[in-house]
Amino acid sequence: MKKELVELKINGRAHELAIEPSALLLDVLRQELGLTGSKRGCDESSCGACTVLVDGVAMMSCTLLAASCQEQEITTIEGVSEHGSLAAIQKAYGDWGGAQCGFCTPGFVMTVKSLLAENPDPTEAEVRTALSSNLCRCTGYSQMYEAIKSAIAAERVGMGAK
Amino acid sequence: MSDFSIIGKPTAMIDAAEKTTGGGKYTDDLSAPGMLIGKILHSPYPHARIKGIDTRRAEGLDGVVAVVVGKDAPNPYGILPVGHDEHALALDKVRYVGDNVACVVAVSEAIAEKAMELIDVEYGVLPAYFDPEESMKAESDLIHDNKPGNLEKDYHHAFGDPDKGFADADHIAEARFVANEVTHAAMEPHSTLASFELDPHTGHLGRLTVWSSTQVPYYLQHKLSLVLEMPMSQIRVIKPLVGGGFGGKSEVIPLEIIAAVAARKAQAPVKITYTREEVFWAHRGRPRTIIDLKTGIKNDGRITSVKARVVQDGGAYCSYGVVTILYSGALLGALYDIPNIQYDGYRVLTNKPACGAMRGHGTVNVRFAFESQLDELATKIGMDSAEIRQRNLLKPPCVTVNGLRVQSYGLPECIEKTVERSGWKERKGKLPKGRGLGIACSHYVSGAANSIIRSDMPHSTVNIKIDRDGGVVVYTGASEIGQGSDTMTAQVAAEVLGCSLARVRVIAADTDLTPIDIGSYSSRVTFMAGNATLRAAEDVKKRIAAAAAKKMNCAAEALTFREDLVFKKGSAPPIVKKDEAEEVEVTQAGASVSGRVEGQILRGSLQQKRKEEGPKEWMTFEEAVVAAIDFHGALTGTGSYAPPPEARGGKHKGGGVGPSPAYSYSAQIAEVSVDADTGEVTVHKVWAAHDCGRALNPVAVEGQIIGSVWMGMGQALTEEMVWKDGMLMNGGMLEYRSPSSVESPEVEAIIVESIDPEGPFGAKECSEGSLAATIPAISNAIYDAVGVRLHESPFTPERVLAALRAKRKDKALNLTEGVDPTAPARFREHGGALCFKGKGPQRHALDPARREAPASTGGAD
Repeated sequence: MKKELVELKINGRAHELAIEPSALLLDVLRQELGLTGSKRGCDESSCGACTVLVDGVAMMSCTLLAASCQEQEITTIEGVSEHGSLAAIQKAYGDWGGAQCGFCTPGFVMTVKSLLAENPDPTEAEVRTALSSNLCRCTGYSQMYEAIKSAIAAERVGMGAK
Repeated sequence: MSDFSIIGKPTAMIDAAEKTTGGGKYTDDLSAPGMLIGKILHSPYPHARIKGIDTRRAEGLDGVVAVVVGKDAPNPYGILPVGHDEHALALDKVRYVGDNVACVVAVSEAIAEKAMELIDVEYGVLPAYFDPEESMKAESDLIHDNKPGNLEKDYHHAFGDPDKGFADADHIAEARFVANEVTHAAMEPHSTLASFELDPHTGHLGRLTVWSSTQVPYYLQHKLSLVLEMPMSQIRVIKPLVGGGFGGKSEVIPLEIIAAVAARKAQAPVKITYTREEVFWAHRGRPRTIIDLKTGIKNDGRITSVKARVVQDGGAYCSYGVVTILYSGALLGALYDIPNIQYDGYRVLTNKPACGAMRGHGTVNVRFAFESQLDELATKIGMDSAEIRQRNLLKPPCVTVNGLRVQSYGLPECIEKTVERSGWKERKGKLPKGRGLGIACSHYVSGAANSIIRSDMPHSTVNIKIDRDGGVVVYTGASEIGQGSDTMTAQVAAEVLGCSLARVRVIAADTDLTPIDIGSYSSRVTFMAGNATLRAAEDVKKRIAAAAAKKMNCAAEALTFREDLVFKKGSAPPIVKKDEAEEVEVTQAGASVSGRVEGQILRGSLQQKRKEEGPKEWMTFEEAVVAAIDFHGALTGTGSYAPPPEARGGKHKGGGVGPSPAYSYSAQIAEVSVDADTGEVTVHKVWAAHDCGRALNPVAVEGQIIGSVWMGMGQALTEEMVWKDGMLMNGGMLEYRSPSSVESPEVEAIIVESIDPEGPFGAKECSEGSLAATIPAISNAIYDAVGVRLHESPFTPERVLAALRAKRKDKALNLTEGVDPTAPARFREHGGALCFKGKGPQRHALDPARREAPASTGGAD
C-alpha cells in the first residue's frame, strides 16, 4: 500500500509521518515514534491496554486508523506526567498497589484521566463502570479504587493550595 | 513501634514509576538495529503427520529473509528432564491445533503474514483424542509413541492405612468433581527478541543474547543451550519487565526457542510476539481435572481417611505435567491433620495445547473438591463448617503422614479472623433467601524444596556490591514479574544494612550479571531469594561493621545500622525526625546529610576530619562504607539459600514434589447471592485471611491476596477454555470472560503473621496460597444460599440452573441443544444474536452515531 503523509499531534507536539493509510494508531505510536507506553494486549479492543485520549476521549488505539486522527489532539501515557513529576493518579497507582505487572496500567491511567475530566467526583459505581473498558489480570481492581480515591483527594488538596 | 525501619511498611514498588508513566520496557517494546519480525505458522489439525513442507514460494516473496522449519533445530527439549518431548518446530507430527510448524522471518509483520500463506504443508490427518478418559483407552495412533495408553505418568501413593481409616469412619462422602480448564491470560502476550553477535576470533555467529518475557531466565538459558547446541556461557538471557506470568512464563515457551533458531538462520536480530490467540494456544494453564474423592470422618468431625483419584487432561506435551499431578496428591497433606491418605493420579495426554503450571500449581482443583466435600460432611453431622475445619488442625511443628514438614502454621488464626470479620456466627444461615456464606481453606508452598533439575546447587544466590558512592547494588537472578520481587529484594537489603531504600539499586534477572536463581515460580522468591539477599547483606554488613568499629573504638557487635547511620547499640541515634515521611536530618554541625551531593564532595575531607577528631559515637552510612573500602578494598558480599535437608520430603517415588521449607495458609469466607431464575451467581464480598509469615511489604501482600482471590473467583464463575474437536472456541480476552471491574467483588485482605523460623524476617509466600480457597468458598456459599452442591466449575448460570432444576426434580433444560457455534444456520449481515428483537445495544454517550431517537419508535428499524 502506498504511504501517505499525515500530521499527527501527539502530547502537544506535531509529527509529520509517512504511513500507510491502513496503519493503526497503536503501531504508529509504538513503531514509528517509539512511544511504547501504550501496550498491545489483544488487537481487538478487548483489553484496553492501548487506550489513548483523542480529543480527550478514551479510545483504543489498536483498532483506530492513525490517518483518521489528523487534526485531533492525541494524548498518550507519555504525555501524562506533569512538569517533570508524576501526575496524582500515577503517584497513587504506585502507592496503593494499583499497578502490579504494570502492563495494563498505562491504559487504566488514560481511562481514569478521561473519567475524571468528565466527572471529577465519581461514585464507586461510576468508577467501576468506567474501568470496565480495561482488563487487568493481577490486581482484582480493588487497589485501583483506593488509588483513584486517593488521587481525587490529592488533586483536590492540590487545587486548594493554588 | 517495630524493630524495623524498612520492612513491614506499605512501600510503593521500586519500579512503580516506570510502570505508571509507560517508560518501562517490556520485551515487545524493545528493538534492535536491523531487527526482523518472525511469525509462526500453526497447525490447523489436532493430530496429523507432516508429509512434507514446501517453503520455496514463501522464501521467494520480497522481504522474506528466512523460513525456519523443524529440521533447523531438531534437538528435543522440555521443562522437566523427564519430559523432553517438544521441538522448536514440529519434526514429523503436529499434536494440537496451534502446534508450531514453521516460522517466517521478514522485514515486516505484514510480509511475514503474507508469506505464511505461501508455505505448503501436506498433512496426513490422524485420529485425535480430546477426552482424557477416552485417551487412556487408546491403542493406536498414540500422541507420543513412547507413551502407551497416552499416559504421561501415573502415581499411586498410600500413606497410613486408608482402608482402616474408612472402616473407622462414622460418615463417608464420595463424589466426582470436575474442574474445567483455565489459563493465565497474562496481560502481556509472550515476546522474545534474539540477537547474535559476531565472534571476533572466528568471524562467525558467536554469542547469543535473548530478551524474553520469562519467569525463569536460567531455565531458558539452559534449554536454548540444549536446542542450539551452544555452551550456556555463550548465551545471555535478559528479562525486561514482564507483564504478568502466573506460571505461564515459568517454562520455556516455543517462541523463545524459535526466535533464537530464526535469528541464527536469518543472521539478524529477530523478534516474535504472540497474538492473543497464540497466547491461548501456548497455554500451559491449569488442566481440566476429574477428581473422584472419598472422605471419611468421625462424629466429632475428625477426618479419618481421604482417597483421591485424579485424572488430568494434560494436553499434547509433558510440560510441568509430572509435577502437577504430584502436587495434586502431595498437598492433600499439610493443611489439615489427615492420618490416612490414598492417592492415585493420572496425567493423560490429549490433542490440545499443553497444560503446565498455573498459580496454585496442581493444588487448586483438588482443594475445590476436598473443601466442598468437607462442607458436605459438616452438614451431614450438623456441625458448623468453620468448626469442622478447626477440629482438624495440625499440631506443628510436625511432619505429616506424607512427609511434609510444617513449622509455622497460621491457619487457626486465619479461620478465627475471617469468622470474626465476616460476622459468620451472627449471619450464617440467617441471610435472606438466595444469599449465603461459605468458608474454605487452602495452603501453598513457599518454594519447592527440590529443584526440577536435580543438583546440590543453591536455589538462590545474591551478590551485593557497595562502592565509594555509598550506593548499594544488589545482583539477583530472581525475576520481577509484577509480584514485587525487586522491591522485596531492595527492602531486605536496606533493612539489614540500615540504609534508605533509595540507596539500593537492584540488578535482576540477567544471566551475564546475576548469579543463578531458579526464578519466579512455586512462590519461592520471598523465602529463598529473600534469604539469600539477607545473607548477602549480612556478609557485607560484617565488613562495614568491622571497619566502623575500628573507627569508633568498639566491638563490631556493638554497632547498630539504621536510618543511614551506624551507631553504638543503646546510644540514641543522632537524628531528629521532622516528620515521619520526611528525610532524616543529621543534627551535628559539619556533618553532611548522607546521600546528598554535598556529602559526596565533603567525603574526603570529612574522613580526614574524623581521623583528627578521634573515635566517634556514630558515623553516617557513607562514612562507614568509605572506611570499610579503605580497610578491605572492594566491598562485596554474597549469600545463598538452599532448603534444609529436613524440609526435602519423604523418600517415596514422587516424594520430591510437595515438600517446602514453609507453607502459607489461607482461610476465606465468601458472601454470594444466586438468582434462582437465571442461575447467575454474584459474589458480594470475600474475606480472605492469609498467613504470610511476616508481611515485608503489606501493600504488596494485600495486592497478592486480592489478586489470588480474584483469579480464583474467575475460575469459580466465568473462566473456562471451551473446546470443540480440539479447537479453542474462546481464544480472546472477552470470550474467555476474564472478569472486569464491574464483576469483581470487594476483597477484604487480612494479613496473619506467624513468623516462620526460617523465612527472611519470618516471611513466607503470599501470592498463590489464597487462590485455591476461593473456589470452594464460593461453591459452599452457593450451597448455603440455594441448597445445591455444584460438582463442576466454573459455576456458570447454565450449571447452577441445571442443579437448581435437578433439585426441584424439574426436567433438565438444555440451553444449547442443537446449537453448533461453528455452523450457524443462517448469518446476519451485521452479526448479533439471531433471536434478538430488542432496541439494540445502547451506544456510548460520546459515540457520534448515537441518535437521540424518540423513545417511542426505538427498535422499529
